[in-house]
Amino acid sequence: MAGLPAQARCVIIGCGIVGNSVAYHLGRLGWRDIVLLDKGPLPNPGGSTGHASNFIYLVDHSKEMTALTVDSVRQYREMGVFTQSGGVEVARTAERMQELTRRMASAEAWGIEPVSLVTPAQLKRLVPYIEESILLGGFYTPGVGVVDSLRMGTLMREHGQSSGALYVSPKTEVTGIDVEHGRVRRVRTTEGDIEAETVVITCGVWSPRIARMAGAHIPLTPAVHQMIDLGPVPRFKGAKSDIEHPIVRDMDTNMYERQAGGDLEIGSYAHRPILYDPEDIPSLEQAALSPTEFPFTQKDFELQMQHALELMPEIVGDESVGVKYAINGILSLTPDGMPVLGESPDVNGLWAAAAVWVKEGPGTGKALAEWMVHGESEIDLHSSDIARFHEHQKTRAHVRARAAEGFNKTYGIVHPSEQWASNRNVRLAPFHVRERELGATFFEAAGWERPQWYESNAPLLAEFGDQVMRRTAEWECRWWSPIINAEHLAMRERAGIFDLSAFTIFDIVGPGALQSVQCVALRQMDVPVGRVVYTPVLSPNGGFKSDLTIMRLGEQRFRVVTGGAAGMADRNWFRNHLLADGSAQLSDLTTSLTTVGLWGPRAREVLASVTSDDVSNEGFKFGTCRTIEVDTLRVLASRISYVGDLGWELYIPMEQGLKLWDVLWEAGKPHGLVPCGIGVYGTTGRLEKGYRAHGNELETEYNVVEAGMTAPRVKEEDFVGKAAHLRHREEEAAAILCTLTVDDHGSKSGEKRYMLGREPILTRDGKRIVDRRGRGSYVTSAGAGPSIGKHILMAYLPPEHAVVGAGLAVEYMGERYPGTVAVAGATPLFDPENQRIRS
Amino acid sequence: MVLVLVEHSEANPTDPSLQALTLARSFGQPVHALLVGAAADLSEHGVSVTHVAEHVALGSFAPDAWAAILGEVAGRLSASAVIAAGTERGNEVIARLAARTGLPFAANCIAVSPGPPVTVTRLRWGGSLLEEARLHGSHALITVAPHVVPVEPSPMPADIERFTPDLSDEDLLVRVVEHVAALGGGVSLTEAKVVVSGGRGVGSKEGFAMIEELAGLLGAAVGCSRAVTSAGWRPHTDQVGQTGTKVAPEVYIACGISGATQHMAGLKGAKRILAINTDPEAPMMLNADYAVVGDLKEIVPAISAEIRKSR
Amino acid sequence: MRILACIKRVPITGGRIVLTDDARAIDTRHLGFTMSPHEECGVEEAVRIIETNGGDSVVLTLGPSEAVEQLRDAMALGIDRAIHLLTDDQEWDGEATAAALTEAIQSDEATSGRFDLIFFGNESADSAGFQVGARVARALGRYCATGLKGVSVEGSSVRCEQEVEGGRDVYVLPLPAVLTVKEGLNLPRYPSVPGRMRARSKPVAVSTPLRPEPQLELVRLIVPAGQGRQAEVLGSGAAAAPAVVEVLRKAGVL
Repeated sequence: MAGLPAQARCVIIGCGIVGNSVAYHLGRLGWRDIVLLDKGPLPNPGGSTGHASNFIYLVDHSKEMTALTVDSVRQYREMGVFTQSGGVEVARTAERMQELTRRMASAEAWGIEPVSLVTPAQLKRLVPYIEESILLGGFYTPGVGVVDSLRMGTLMREHGQSSGALYVSPKTEVTGIDVEHGRVRRVRTTEGDIEAETVVITCGVWSPRIARMAGAHIPLTPAVHQMIDLGPVPRFKGAKSDIEHPIVRDMDTNMYERQAGGDLEIGSYAHRPILYDPEDIPSLEQAALSPTEFPFTQKDFELQMQHALELMPEIVGDESVGVKYAINGILSLTPDGMPVLGESPDVNGLWAAAAVWVKEGPGTGKALAEWMVHGESEIDLHSSDIARFHEHQKTRAHVRARAAEGFNKTYGIVHPSEQWASNRNVRLAPFHVRERELGATFFEAAGWERPQWYESNAPLLAEFGDQVMRRTAEWECRWWSPIINAEHLAMRERAGIFDLSAFTIFDIVGPGALQSVQCVALRQMDVPVGRVVYTPVLSPNGGFKSDLTIMRLGEQRFRVVTGGAAGMADRNWFRNHLLADGSAQLSDLTTSLTTVGLWGPRAREVLASVTSDDVSNEGFKFGTCRTIEVDTLRVLASRISYVGDLGWELYIPMEQGLKLWDVLWEAGKPHGLVPCGIGVYGTTGRLEKGYRAHGNELETEYNVVEAGMTAPRVKEEDFVGKAAHLRHREEEAAAILCTLTVDDHGSKSGEKRYMLGREPILTRDGKRIVDRRGRGSYVTSAGAGPSIGKHILMAYLPPEHAVVGAGLAVEYMGERYPGTVAVAGATPLFDPENQRIRS
Repeated sequence: MVLVLVEHSEANPTDPSLQALTLARSFGQPVHALLVGAAADLSEHGVSVTHVAEHVALGSFAPDAWAAILGEVAGRLSASAVIAAGTERGNEVIARLAARTGLPFAANCIAVSPGPPVTVTRLRWGGSLLEEARLHGSHALITVAPHVVPVEPSPMPADIERFTPDLSDEDLLVRVVEHVAALGGGVSLTEAKVVVSGGRGVGSKEGFAMIEELAGLLGAAVGCSRAVTSAGWRPHTDQVGQTGTKVAPEVYIACGISGATQHMAGLKGAKRILAINTDPEAPMMLNADYAVVGDLKEIVPAISAEIRKSR
Repeated sequence: MRILACIKRVPITGGRIVLTDDARAIDTRHLGFTMSPHEECGVEEAVRIIETNGGDSVVLTLGPSEAVEQLRDAMALGIDRAIHLLTDDQEWDGEATAAALTEAIQSDEATSGRFDLIFFGNESADSAGFQVGARVARALGRYCATGLKGVSVEGSSVRCEQEVEGGRDVYVLPLPAVLTVKEGLNLPRYPSVPGRMRARSKPVAVSTPLRPEPQLELVRLIVPAGQGRQAEVLGSGAAAAPAVVEVLRKAGVL
């Protein structure tokens, strides 16, 4: 064997399913000089791929994960390593049955067919050895199957090698990664050094250790997943292949059971979270089995045996069937349950694809390769972006706390608004103490504790009576309060004060600031000082990377304000697009400044009572910003609104935030000022106004024209995605973002039900709606519009359905509800002329 | 002096016993040998006196009787150490002597220094690990690991002293009452010049047909790894390893065996190892003399075909 | 019948054994544990004899608190109850182990009656002392056969087979007897799930014997140097067959 190449376009570290996939797809996209390393031997280097159970369920509530999984299955099938077996997810409880109807909806929304809900009797026919009497039903996906992930890896490597693009080096341990001027330069290994332009870390549970060599972070933790193998099973005696019976997920016990040849394999996510440090993983030589197969801990499996026995007594209760093999398999968990993909914000040229499971491996490999080669992937990966983590989220303690909390939710019924319990109260607004006094219920965003609603507003429920759109179904009342709607109504009638501390704020300064901002923003940024511009930020293909506001504070100073969730990725995007000559700098002010929102018809009166500055409509126009004096404070006021009402965002140094709050609070008393939570800011206020949200309506898979955000003209200056954007303006949009209202909320039981988002939009007769680019229509956002008395849905619809008055339907919890297109495009349902914000 | 129990086969001392004699000389004391039933020529092995126990009841092996005789002679001669080969029989007899005397017993030693206290290096884990230990007793009881210490000749004329031990009925109760000959046909693993062995990679019980075919062509014995016997594909009598049979062939052919320490412990006597495995980095491949990379299901039949062709 | 099986908790070693810093033990941080393979066969044999003849079975170990896992494993296979002689992590030599076991056996027999058979492994997988069974037998004043690969109870005696060159030697011992057995005696069953569940509620009696000063004192452990073979790759796939035959020819076995 010739020695390791001295130079490479790309070095990929880790030969599991992910590394093999990335190597394969980089080669297909035309890259050459790719080197794939692993410290272990091939074809099984000893990582998690080697002991994975290798089955794939298709439907996930996450659109991103489902898309990656579906693409992976396509690739496994193409390579001939997929065996279809079908799979059932069974329900022991009524709550789970309801969850399975949600899975049906997700399947419909993401286009997974066929799927069906099945009765216990049908389950018995599908899986003859199941004890159907303890089950209420199940969710059947015939397309579920098992793959040979090691074989897949081998085929991918062979393809790369035969095309001359790939050099593979097993038994090659990475000892260091050299970084020069913030960019990866060289990989040091036990077999020699390689100069490399890019490095991809795809080594699963070892990833944090390798990333640290370059001074970068990959926030994941190794964790145990228990598996046992029972055999020989008399019923499977004649089995001709590895898998001939549907795989069973016993959702309520966090377990699965599958036939594996003549045996039954049982896996569990039900035990206590058992976390390890990447440093705890033994070497290949030290490990008795593989480094990621730890000794089985029987005591953690006691309850699971009972559960398996209940579900499959014929096999599990058979005295002649023994536990042949049992391991604590090691897999990767992240603090938010999503993978870690993309270029590290810490080191340029250092990429990662970690915490990826076999089911989404090849799809992730393809997406990452596209991202590396073309600057973005076909599938929007923003939820998995490695740049998403805030500083505290990279700490070992945070990663462990959240991974532990998330582990038992692997098969859990997770409400879309469900909050984390662990590691809270990390980032507190200066007025947090006031919010507590007002009985705020806090939701977390980027570590910030943000009031979702205030118990102190409970009297408003009586005040607004029937206008408050109440709910009765437990699921929709979870993580929700009718007070949100009451706060909304009070804000629309009087005024509301909002805690906006979770904003990510950074300035771009210097002689090159304008040009740096121009090249990222769709809108014209060469505006007079004191103007506020709301602008999309496009991906190279003209999809939405983000949307945010930029204030021009000086000739050479721009202040970018964006949401907390996308804040780190946005900051990274701007930093990577600063002029290369160093003439522009980025400085992060997130923790220096806090923001208070003041909106509502009486906001001006409140503000005017504590400032001598001119805040009249003439004196302080919409879309402008400037510093004013409020009581004894100097405050940067910006007249824009995400709730569609008159008012300002008020920026103030963090330590003066409490004072500002108190001043406004006192001033607001005569005007009936109410504290308003993010329930109003993020849902009811914006939905009535048709305002889009990143991650909901806005993602790279949709463009500006489709989102109805086309401006009359496109600026002269170049910007990322411009060519694509110009093309989109010439094309007929494949889909148009519409606002729908629900006509009838009555369910079969008579109880009124309210959609929460991500449900499929169907024709009235129940047909799936798919646009000409193959994208299915689904609810991107859902919520109450208290001022219009309707429940509002947003969805992209193909032109033939994007017609005001068109009758459609939405599927929710197994039933269809009629809805009507109220708006096609961006016109708000509430105050369509936008008089309020301009008054 | 030190006393060495010498096992013999029709008056020929066994190799492990000669190895034990060699190690016994490292005490730097006169070495006496004890044989049961027949005298042997030990003039090349540094033995000053050969004691031969003769008794009508000793026609078949009786371990308690052997332990009693050994104890009696050792006591009579005030032996500072009693040594035997670390064979099944040697370990059994010394263990029983230890039980009788309450003395410490170190099994399977590869080195000793006389002390006091006597210090030994002995095998653990089937030889995967060594232990250095001290024996705190009035006398040391030691067995010598077979096939580790090379026999070093040391010519010395030996006196032969025959005696008839006093044996109680009790000591003669546990004795071999019957010998069942092994079923003929197969080549015995321990004596085979070639062993063809299969591991998990063979894949099934039926998969061993090709292993047997090759073994047949080579006049070889068939062996297997522990994974194979655990799966029920082969009887335990075929298992090579720490808890199976230890083999010493000219050539050991390992087909689809990963090479865990448990298995390697059984191969220490093999002269040449040929490994066939899909994984070039498997421990078996790294510890082999010859390696063939690939699927044994293609390679093994190809070797059989090649042998047929060459005949 | 009443049968006792004595077992020892040992680590499951991987491709390379790593020692603790003081070189007095194996670094078991990454290792699982089991009972020695020979003893597994002793447990299996005990269970089978009781299944055939009726009676009760007990498993006994001397080991750290975690050794209860191996006791439960034995009970999952069908043993009725367990006795755990609790130790700290220090090694016990053969003499001390035998003395502690003997005392525990005598005390159990005083209340529950005599064991007809006591099974030991021929030697433990780790320290491989080859002596505890013989010492316990002597101390109890019972007959003992060792290294057995065949055991059958015939009335008030037990027929024992020992594998030797060219066949098997047969011993016949009167009961009660102490037998040390080897892997291959039987093929131990895997524990069933119901077996494991039953094992959870079976009783484990715990006592803590005092460890005497060892007569065989462990000084240190040494990992021997590798065999130093350097594999010559003869090729890959079926194409390597001629080269293999050439090697066999040179070795003089063709």
